[in-house]
Amino acid sequence: MDLALTLSRRLLHAALLILAVLVLNFLLIHLAPGDPADVIAGEMGGATEEMLAEIRQLYGLDKPVIVQLGIYLSRAVQGDLGQSFFYNAPVVDLIMGRIGPTILLVTAALTFAIVIGTFLGVLASHKPKGFLSGFITVFSVIGYSAPIFWTGIMLVILLAWKIPIFPISGMYDITVEGSVFAKIFDVLRHLVLPALTLGIVYIAQYARLTRASMLEILGSDYIRTARAKGVSSSKIYGYHALRNAILPVVTIAGLQFGSIISGAVLVETVFSWPGLGTLAFDSILARDYPTVLGILFFSALLVIIANVITDIIYRFVDPRIRTGG
Amino acid sequence: MKTLISIIATTAFAAFAATGVANAEPKSGGTLIMGTTQKARHLNPAVQSGIATAVPGTQIFASPLRFDENWQPQPYLAESWSIAADGKSITLNLRKNARFHDGKAITSEDVAFSLKTVKENHPFKSMFAPVSSVETPDAHTAILIFDKPHPAALLAMSGALLPIIPKHIYGDGQNAKTHPANSKTVGSGPFKLVEFKPGEHIILEKNEDYFIKDRPYLDKIIIKNFKDSTSTTLAMDKGELNILPFMSATRDIGRLKKNKDLTVTNKGYSAVGPMNWLAFNTKNQYLQDKRVRQAIGYSVDRNFIVNALHGGFSTPATGPVAPGSPFYAADVNKFDLNLDKAKTLLDEAGFKADKDGVRFSLKVDYIPGPAEMQKNVAEYLKPQLKKVGIDVQLRAAPDFPTWAKRVGGHDFDMSMDVVFNWGDPVIGVHRTYTCGNIRKGVIWSNTQSYCNEKVDGLLALAAVEQDQSKRITIYQEAQKIIVDDAPQIFINTLPYHTAYSNKIGNAPLTIWGMMSPMDNVYIK
Repeated sequence: MDLALTLSRRLLHAALLILAVLVLNFLLIHLAPGDPADVIAGEMGGATEEMLAEIRQLYGLDKPVIVQLGIYLSRAVQGDLGQSFFYNAPVVDLIMGRIGPTILLVTAALTFAIVIGTFLGVLASHKPKGFLSGFITVFSVIGYSAPIFWTGIMLVILLAWKIPIFPISGMYDITVEGSVFAKIFDVLRHLVLPALTLGIVYIAQYARLTRASMLEILGSDYIRTARAKGVSSSKIYGYHALRNAILPVVTIAGLQFGSIISGAVLVETVFSWPGLGTLAFDSILARDYPTVLGILFFSALLVIIANVITDIIYRFVDPRIRTGG
Repeated sequence: MKTLISIIATTAFAAFAATGVANAEPKSGGTLIMGTTQKARHLNPAVQSGIATAVPGTQIFASPLRFDENWQPQPYLAESWSIAADGKSITLNLRKNARFHDGKAITSEDVAFSLKTVKENHPFKSMFAPVSSVETPDAHTAILIFDKPHPAALLAMSGALLPIIPKHIYGDGQNAKTHPANSKTVGSGPFKLVEFKPGEHIILEKNEDYFIKDRPYLDKIIIKNFKDSTSTTLAMDKGELNILPFMSATRDIGRLKKNKDLTVTNKGYSAVGPMNWLAFNTKNQYLQDKRVRQAIGYSVDRNFIVNALHGGFSTPATGPVAPGSPFYAADVNKFDLNLDKAKTLLDEAGFKADKDGVRFSLKVDYIPGPAEMQKNVAEYLKPQLKKVGIDVQLRAAPDFPTWAKRVGGHDFDMSMDVVFNWGDPVIGVHRTYTCGNIRKGVIWSNTQSYCNEKVDGLLALAAVEQDQSKRITIYQEAQKIIVDDAPQIFINTLPYHTAYSNKIGNAPLTIWGMMSPMDNVYIK
């Protein structure tokens, strides 16, 4: 009963959130100067007035904005996100072709950040005033302060240009032929630099968070008791302390999913990663309203799903939540 | 009775094909990987202009004619053609063995249909405006009938401008601009479409049933999208690409020139004619005076821009037609740097300097994006024009539509701009100067609001003049007047370069460069 109520409340919130995202962004993007007809004319090296009028009519841009919004929402409710003005293809098809790479990138970056960040945080908490702890703190500050696009470009210069281990951009090499494993390996090779770039910011955050959390927990009574009982240091760190210290990391990771997706826009642009980010970037420049709104719709959906997953993980990690304690 | 100027196609084509054969020994096979930052909306040049569509489009679709590096028309789908003595018709004799990629034969009906589609949908209305009808007396003869002589029609029958599209696919009543086949193209060119992932890549493969025997040489062409010119340059330098056309960042050009495995050339862009200029809104209270515009012309040091800002890779422009075109006029006012003359002209116009040395203020816009040709030149104008008492304020635009809205809407004082010649002046030059093309809200129309009836008359005369040398003379006269009237200050032609691996044979360096069929290109 409790679960059903929570779920229905969450669904209602989700629906309202998506509606707000669509309406606000619809109005925002229409406020920007220029429209798709200008972009298409620019792309074509010019156009006549008649042609501009025809394009506007073709895409329904000749109607008042509020009417356009009404038409868009009534179609969206029925699952029709419209046709891309720029690419002249169904928005759903464009997004479906791009959502996989974004999920892959974001998941890889997040997993990488959580694993490495937590590991570094635990290491740093072991000797809070030691060299390693100081190094991790400095690394965290640098990682957090450096703009994503700068980190990306630096990594490209270092690991794709000076020491050519990884490819410069893209998600796969079209010319690679052979077994499925060869293709998977190729994608993984392409994934390293973008995931690292996106992950570095969050490694820094999770490392600091874990360190602080670990230090607090290591000073608590039950840890002292465990030590007094002669429990081994590795068990104290790995089982008693870490399990509790990781809770804030899980919470923050869930909350940050939205910002990771927005970070992915930059990383995808830097690395020409064929995900939603590059599509969003191109679509905003092209004033491709249906595609921009479609991407925002799916991004909102992804954030909502991520939050639900976080709740589930939280219940799993913290038994007090399961029992309502 | 028509007096026909016959062109013997076989000889011409043999000569054209032989240019490649003489250089090396072409061989079949291999994949050409091209890098680009241009993202194609779709692949049908019949309804979409621009490099992004034209490069793949000219591989997929064949056109009636193609052009060599000397601006001479060559047979393509039309194995021969003839122009009526009065210039009011062109007869195309089509190849009998040409087929679309789906196996259907190409007929004159397809030519008539394609021309109608282009005329109705392509932004360059002047290309085929004088075409009143296309007669199809038999399956392999198409006769273009004009209201008046139309010498520009030959260049307009190039691959980038008149692709022959299949009537049996596009003639189903759907709007040609949004036709699904625009992204799933069926043409008759040397390469067939395998995969088009918008913004990612385009994969083309050899058309085994191509109407030119033993061509193309390449098995595959892959066009890969990159986010910016830096990544394409890195990929080219690393050997991930075979060819990189339309480079305009001078630092990248300089960098690749140092790579001894590559050839870097500025050949292959003469028909494109990419002009970089400073446009004036001639309705502005100061700029409406020709002397003010000329004064700005005398204040700008083109040599500094070309040599210092562009590293010597761009070419100074002196008029509306790009150097390299047969219609280029060298004998015009060059506006060599002369600050004293500029000051005198401004004084004569009645704009005296105030106590701070300022005569008046002007805003300058520029196209956002790669800065070298636009923003950097605009920034240079600020201190430079200050020397003659003009205060310049830069007005940045966050993206292209914002800039286009301002300039198209005539909401600007001065703006840097890039405009292409597109082969014949009728196609890409007239639009900027004719009085009838001052259209508010339309970018790359006569946004300067420039109107000179004498120029209008000369351009109209040149458009119908069949004698090439007379036509050149008329255009040169028109250019002299335009340059003197100074609706723009012509800065330079974009330093377009193509970098290609030394393993590439017969790189496409004709007047249309990469916007022409790459059936002669091979990998050594």
